[in-house]
Amino acid sequence: MRPLKIELNEISVNYGKIHALKNLNLTINEGDYIGIVGPNGGGKSTMMKSILGLIKPSKGKITYCGTSLKKSDIRMGYVPQISDINRMFPITVEEVVLSGRMSKEIRPFFKYSEEDKKAVEEVLDTVGLKKLKNRQINELSGGEFQKMIIARALTLKPDILLLDEPTAMVDVMSQRQIFSLIKKLSKDITIVLITHHVQMISKNVKKLIYLDRNIIAEGDPNQVYQYAYLRPVHQSIKKRVVGGAHV
Amino acid sequence: MFKALLEYEFLQNAFLAAMITSIVGGIVGVIIVEKKLVMMTGGIAHTSYGGVGLGYLLGFEPIIGAFMFSIMAALGIGVIKNKSTGSKDIIIAMFWSLGMALGILFIGLTPGYPPMVSSYLFGNILSVTRFDLILMSILAVIILTLIFVFYQDWKAHLFDQQFTQIMRKKTNVLEYVLLILLALTVVVLIRVVGIILVIALLSVPASASSYLTGKLHLRMVYSMIFSFVFILSGLVVSYYTDISTGAVIVFAAVILYLLTWLYSRRLLYKENLKGE
Ligand SMILES: Nc1ncnc2c1ncn2[C@@H]1O[C@H](COP(=O)(O)OP(=O)(O)OP(=O)(O)O)[C@@H](O)[C@H]1O
Ligand SMILES: [Mg+2]
Repeated sequence: MRPLKIELNEISVNYGKIHALKNLNLTINEGDYIGIVGPNGGGKSTMMKSILGLIKPSKGKITYCGTSLKKSDIRMGYVPQISDINRMFPITVEEVVLSGRMSKEIRPFFKYSEEDKKAVEEVLDTVGLKKLKNRQINELSGGEFQKMIIARALTLKPDILLLDEPTAMVDVMSQRQIFSLIKKLSKDITIVLITHHVQMISKNVKKLIYLDRNIIAEGDPNQVYQYAYLRPVHQSIKKRVVGGAHV
Repeated sequence: MFKALLEYEFLQNAFLAAMITSIVGGIVGVIIVEKKLVMMTGGIAHTSYGGVGLGYLLGFEPIIGAFMFSIMAALGIGVIKNKSTGSKDIIIAMFWSLGMALGILFIGLTPGYPPMVSSYLFGNILSVTRFDLILMSILAVIILTLIFVFYQDWKAHLFDQQFTQIMRKKTNVLEYVLLILLALTVVVLIRVVGIILVIALLSVPASASSYLTGKLHLRMVYSMIFSFVFILSGLVVSYYTDISTGAVIVFAAVILYLLTWLYSRRLLYKENLKGE
């Protein structure tokens, strides 16, 4: 694993009047396997997009191994929330995954090489989609589609893999498959994983974060799970009302 | 009509215009439909009416005015959309109506008899001149070159722009080039289908072909063929009657759209029967 350190320093993100994130601090180190949970609209996707440089925070700074994203050569693999992608687009599985080998420059007459195709073949094998290589993507099930998007992220040999609800539209069997795939990958790649399936990952991840505009709880998965989901409901409500700001 | 085609220059012009328009419109139409840029294109087209008006007022070729205004609209909408948090629809609507209003104003200010603007609004393939044709060919070459030379980049960009951005491609460049492509396409199409009907020719053949194939390049081919058939039918009807080309093209397009839709339903139905 290459050295990696991503630091979020007092990040705030606003969409007009909505404060999606407020003064968030977080450090990601190489080898981390971080799970992120929290309510709908809690800012999970927003945080991930900020890390990827897709959203500019209105306040605060993110550094990548001490420098800016532009200057660093960190490779980030991203598995977006499935609703962000046009699933009807006329393109094959192989073509989608190949785009992970795209060059940074806009190059005339660009063609993927045999080497690219071989790499794609390998990755498709890893995620178990080898047979579907030539399928049009609108003929894939939700689970197959997700595995394809994970494959695309893997072909660029990422230092860090950021996944936003990779099991949202997926049946229970495929959920297990995807989570165990991610677990296997976590041995070689730093991983940040957003999910609503807390129980399924709490045994795997090294650190769990409960995010609701800020980090409400963070640390040992079991304790965070207990704190965020199992304490009596009235207590959690009281805490918010009395405390005003989140603890 | 075939004999006439050999004899009359205006018919030759019309035929060549039909070919250029269907190639450009067919290909760019697929891009517009996939990237959901139909309203954006409508905005650019209508803004260009301001340029047509300015051309009449100041006495230069109206199509050159349309060219300038549509480029300005494409870049203007793009920049404002990126800089502000306002809704895209509203920005497009502003340009759309402002362009039309300017066109009406300029034409009102033009001294003498009011010019024949209807061929710009509704299209008249029989009035395409050699000058129009040369301009259309140059633009078509630029558009097609940009699309084919960077085909893989476009494909990735159209499918998932976020991802190309993460790959650290200059997605801004791609986005603005795409907008300029739309503006150029609008200019190519205006003489044939007219400002008001541009989006019909760009969206209907492309959506109809999406029922027939799941491959991007095949969609472009089908969409070109459909466009050519529509425009040719517009040409024939306009030649024998006084009805504007644009209107005939739109009628033909909508009918074909319904037919392909029914055809794709029938296929589905058959497959369902097989499945049972
Ligand atoms: N593009 C946008 N424009 C305006 N508001 C937005 C935008 N994206 C997100 N928001 C708002 O920001 C807040 C955080 O959204 P975000 O998508 O980050 O939440 P999330 O934790 O990922 O939720 P979910 O679990 O539903 O995916 C929400 O209130 C949402 O409405
Ligand atoms: Mg989300």
